[in-house]
Amino acid sequence: MTLIIDPNRPIYLQIMEEIKKRAVRGHYPPGSQLPSVREMAQEMGVNPNTIARVYTELEREGFVFTRRGQGSYITDNARRIEREREILTEAAVKRFVEEISALDLQNSHRQELIEMITKNLTHKENKS
Amino acid sequence: MLVEARDVAKKYPGKWALDGVTFSADQGKVLGVLGENGAGKSTLFRIISGITRPTRGTVAIAGMPVSLETRKIVAYLPDINPFYEWMRVMEQMEFLASFYPEWDMNKTSELLAFLDVSPNDRIGELSRGQQAKLKMVYAFSWPSRLVLMDEPLGGIDPPTRKKVISTLFHEFRYGEQGIFICTHLVSEVEEFIEDVLYMKKGKIVLSDQADLLREKKGKSLTGIFEEIAEGRMRDEG
Repeated sequence: MTLIIDPNRPIYLQIMEEIKKRAVRGHYPPGSQLPSVREMAQEMGVNPNTIARVYTELEREGFVFTRRGQGSYITDNARRIEREREILTEAAVKRFVEEISALDLQNSHRQELIEMITKNLTHKENKS
Repeated sequence: MLVEARDVAKKYPGKWALDGVTFSADQGKVLGVLGENGAGKSTLFRIISGITRPTRGTVAIAGMPVSLETRKIVAYLPDINPFYEWMRVMEQMEFLASFYPEWDMNKTSELLAFLDVSPNDRIGELSRGQQAKLKMVYAFSWPSRLVLMDEPLGGIDPPTRKKVISTLFHEFRYGEQGIFICTHLVSEVEEFIEDVLYMKKGKIVLSDQADLLREKKGKSLTGIFEEIAEGRMRDEG
């Protein structure tokens, strides 16, 4: 899956989110080594200097650590990754609520909405 | 510091093509120089490359004033075809290689093959797209400290453009090489540009990190370009 970059938002932030999502999904397990700056740049289709910045920022956030001369690794703290899942989920819910608010749903629609979400989630789970 | 330009100005008969440009670029950065036709981008590149002398001001590359010495570390890809039309592709590359001790002929062959340019074709018979590809072969066959690309995507079809851009991404010597790129096709290189200089009528009107500008304005580099071209921007720069 290639990342589609929105040129209206800072690119390094989008890459940071993508790496966090991959870690949350288990694509990058706790303690696993991340691709080199060059490889990641080619994979994401961005400048290697941007990736270098992303790794530095992720390290500052404690999500990634660096072994001197060996590269960057995802934190081996599973709880830290779990916390990121919560943060990402909350952000996604906020976006969803933002969008749904534009439809001016009444309180009476709320139950319907929750059912719809549950149905969609089940459908998605069955497919994957 | 890789490039330091101070108060650079260039007067052509009746017109200042550049009117006091000051900026610096760090080692290993990719700088987008954006602006409309006549903004002074090409003149700036010609001065940095050493082909044109400024009327006023100075440019230093890796601490050296622009001279024959700096020409040994700068790869300049002009808007026009810089090669000899009567030469065959490989002859031209070998000829260029004789100027640069660190030129890597294996790299040349590899790039020609990847970009699908025949070594035996005569330069004068190459399409505009093939010539654009050949410029990339020149740029990345040797370890220059700075590559100046003036409209590397101009007048070439989308598939060729894609190939040229992918060469740029693959061959860019991360950490060792700076690239200055000027183009109208900003959207094609949004993901590649780190720092940006917007020029208008011979002056720099805005310069910053690309991601910082996106953050501040909630717009792409293309969007900001349009804003500047339409003159909707004030009090910044």
